[in-house]
Amino acid sequence: MKHSEQELLLLKEEVIEMWKFVISQIEKSKTALLHDDIELAREVVSREKRVDLYELKIESDCENHIALYAPVAIDLRLVLSLLKITSSLERIGDFAEGIARHVISENTLMNNHQIMDDLKVEKMFDLVIGMLTDTFALFNAAKTDVYGKILCKDDDVDEIYKNSFNIMTQFLLNNPLMIRCGLEIILVIRKLERIGDYCSNLVEDVVFYVDAKVLKHRQITLSEEHKTDEKE
Amino acid sequence: MIETKNINFYYGNFHALKDISMKMEKNTVTALIGPSGCGKSTFLRLFNRMNDLIDDTRLTGACLINNENIYQKNVRVDALRKRVGMVFQKPNPFPKSIFENVAYGLRVNDMGDKNYIKETVEQSLINAALWDEVKDKLNKSAFELSGGQQQRLCIARALAVNPEVLLMDEPASALDPISTSKIEELIHDLKKDYTIVIVTHNMQQAARVSDRTAFFMLGELVEYNDTKKIFLNPDIEQTQNYITGRFG
Repeated sequence: MKHSEQELLLLKEEVIEMWKFVISQIEKSKTALLHDDIELAREVVSREKRVDLYELKIESDCENHIALYAPVAIDLRLVLSLLKITSSLERIGDFAEGIARHVISENTLMNNHQIMDDLKVEKMFDLVIGMLTDTFALFNAAKTDVYGKILCKDDDVDEIYKNSFNIMTQFLLNNPLMIRCGLEIILVIRKLERIGDYCSNLVEDVVFYVDAKVLKHRQITLSEEHKTDEKE
Repeated sequence: MIETKNINFYYGNFHALKDISMKMEKNTVTALIGPSGCGKSTFLRLFNRMNDLIDDTRLTGACLINNENIYQKNVRVDALRKRVGMVFQKPNPFPKSIFENVAYGLRVNDMGDKNYIKETVEQSLINAALWDEVKDKLNKSAFELSGGQQQRLCIARALAVNPEVLLMDEPASALDPISTSKIEELIHDLKKDYTIVIVTHNMQQAARVSDRTAFFMLGELVEYNDTKKIFLNPDIEQTQNYITGRFG
């Protein structure tokens, strides 16, 4: 294996490590939230710095790789994707920390498991963790065969998010003294929805790396093409 | 426009080019890349019939410039080489003054009077981005110029006879980065007036200067596509292995 190939492999391995770490952060924040585990939530918060360090290190290594090896073709696509993937993983790490902070903050989420069940918070967690894990597997194997299925899960996440407003409105009407608690739960759900979006970005980055296809803004592109067709 | 149709070329029994069909549009830069011995320089030299000078060679197929087969018997090679200029790997100025180097092609082809020659020399040196550096020493020997300046002088010499096509065989491989950058800028500028075909071993140079890139290997044209496509997402795995350095 050539030196530049080895360097690129090491870079990819760094991102794999970061990805695994971020998955574990989300899993821990889920457990902390659903089992009122403040100690575990504190652990998630304290480990967040490592995610930031991963990001800084990988970005710097990507810059060096571009400067020193001038990658092209699949190598260039990999480095460009790694930069974006790292940024998305860092944001997902932030959301995991944010959820953990809700657990720590006021204890307001505790003893309200019924509303969390109604809102399908655990289901949301499972969906985004599934997206993150499945996309990781694609990236690791440099495959894209099931990317469509992963993107569909984000639609399920969005659906739960949309429904959450009505459920929460009803909850607050019935429990007007629990506004603070309701706000915190909504913020958790919002974070999970954003994690779903970032997971979709990760899928797009992996598809760009492996297949050189640009999925980003595909709906906008399709509708614009449709408009152009109509004009013609 | 340049076009080759089913070109096969042989050095004795060695089959150097295998059934190459390619089209190069007017006012574009086409880069020919590939490992040593893949046939790219042989292919380049087809277009001004430089291969005719080598003994025991054989060609089949057609090579067209503006729809004229340049290998037809009635084509005069000296007239062809006026239409198709060439710049080589190492600068090869004549042992003459800077002015006379550029004027040489005009004089031997009896092109124009003294004033025309003077104007054309100046314009060619301007087009080759050399005028400002040599305008005060046109009568000095060309050998007094640096390597990069000598190469641009050779380009000016090629431009003076008003060619349609410019062939470049690794024109910057013997030059330092600053001179290389000047040659590459020049290629960009010249594209609007000439069709340029360049052989280069420098992948980044091919990516920087060309519109289309052709990858040759073992005498075959493996892939020919837009340069952006070749360097971001080539269709053929062999191309990817070569440009990423994994070849072999």
